[in-house]
Amino acid sequence: MRIPILDRLAQGAVLIADGATGTMLQEAGLPAGMPGEAWVLPALTAGSPGEQPAAILALHRAYLEAGSEIILTTTFGGTRVRLKAAGLDAYAPQINQRAAELARQAAGDDVYVAGDMGPTGEMMTPFGRLTYETAVDLFAEQAQALAAGGVDLIYIETMSDLNEARAAVEGARRACELPVFCTFSFDTHGRTSMGVGPSRAAQAMAEMKVPAVGANCGHAPEEVLGFLPLIRQAAPSAVLIAKPNAGVPRMVKRRAVFDATPERMGDLARQFVALGAQIVGACCGSSPAHIAAIAQAIHGRKE
Amino acid sequence: MASERVFEEMAKAVVDGLPEKARALAAEALRAGIDPLAAIDQGFKVGMDVVGEGFARGELFIPDLMMSGEAMKVAIATLEPELMKRGQHRQVMGRVVIGTVQGDIHEIGKTLVATMLAANGFEVHDLGVDVSAQKVIDAVRQFNANVVGLSALLTTTILNQEVVIQNLKEAGLRDQVKVVVGGVPASQEWADEIGADGYAENATEAVQVVKRLVRQQA
Repeated sequence: MRIPILDRLAQGAVLIADGATGTMLQEAGLPAGMPGEAWVLPALTAGSPGEQPAAILALHRAYLEAGSEIILTTTFGGTRVRLKAAGLDAYAPQINQRAAELARQAAGDDVYVAGDMGPTGEMMTPFGRLTYETAVDLFAEQAQALAAGGVDLIYIETMSDLNEARAAVEGARRACELPVFCTFSFDTHGRTSMGVGPSRAAQAMAEMKVPAVGANCGHAPEEVLGFLPLIRQAAPSAVLIAKPNAGVPRMVKRRAVFDATPERMGDLARQFVALGAQIVGACCGSSPAHIAAIAQAIHGRKE
Repeated sequence: MASERVFEEMAKAVVDGLPEKARALAAEALRAGIDPLAAIDQGFKVGMDVVGEGFARGELFIPDLMMSGEAMKVAIATLEPELMKRGQHRQVMGRVVIGTVQGDIHEIGKTLVATMLAANGFEVHDLGVDVSAQKVIDAVRQFNANVVGLSALLTTTILNQEVVIQNLKEAGLRDQVKVVVGGVPASQEWADEIGADGYAENATEAVQVVKRLVRQQA
């Protein structure tokens, strides 16, 4: 039976998160351009009912097998506005709740389920049309459904716009009492694409008293080594999260190759922990093999 | 010269990303009888070049580019009536059809490229996201385009860039256009592999690449 995640982290635990979902589901047959959320509710997709959620369960189990102690729900693009592009917006609450239930089913009682909330895909005002208030509503709706499905925490990730991140935190807190974590994608010259650096991001999260802050996705995984100290400095009370890509993607003979081996990811994971990270996982291009290497590097290490 | 100072202010309005200031300076230029083409080329456009370089260097980011692009757009719109009255027009550098490929809904990078190309005098037709190959073909024909820009963020959808090139060949349009590709998984190697004419890593590089390719067509 699991104790509240914040207590676990306060004890100094280092927890292994999971890895990529989209690319792994594509290997299981998810058509290019179709979001993973489409596979959560079988009645919505063509093909045999009940097969697609099985693929999601299988992926969760593969990561658990590899050593994940936190698994993320298949809801990265699960805000109503993001689901609209796939014609699934009417099912937003059901998809989020069902995805949470699937993850809980796979996780059992011992592993933490994190309700994954990624960007809306819309630009916030004044550069785009999404207002702060609407963003808060979108994330609140998503968080409510995730909480109803039984997640242990809300996990906001791959944020580029600082106001969107703030809206996500606020929305999550409006919807539920669960802990809310937040990570950013620093993929453009050491900042997010909107120009937010690790220090500014962490400071904003510290002001909102977000208990865990970090870097995910981004560019090359090695860059996170430089981000963690900056985040630590600006948010000294926060738990540090590192969930980088398994390298930088290149197309080789029409297939994507991410150039960080499991061994390299394990090596980096050790260094992340040395810098104070307490939650470590992987993002784009990763697989259960990468997570296994990370788990081995962290929990297999000599004390 | 007084106009030199004005041109500097125009450039600064674009660099600072101030559309209202740009509009006001453009209106003032009209009242003062300043040549609208000069105002664009020696004033506002100079600011856009500075912003483009800052963006490529990683000193400026999307919000900066968008506000500067807006200032540029507003300035040009203000000067347009006078341009037409004088029978002048900004040289059309090329006619571009741009979009994010089918199955992919990521639009920011593509929109930035469209903004920068338009600021640099290209006629740009932005088809949006999730654009089928057929839609690209139709647009190339409709607008008599000589440049096609294709964006993709995902390692799966980027394969559709090759599909577009294939369709252009089949439609007998391949020689009419220069195809430039971009996006996270893209690279020069990828462009070569699928028979594209060029690759650009960011919006600033895209302008340079497209200008170079268009010169080759002349």
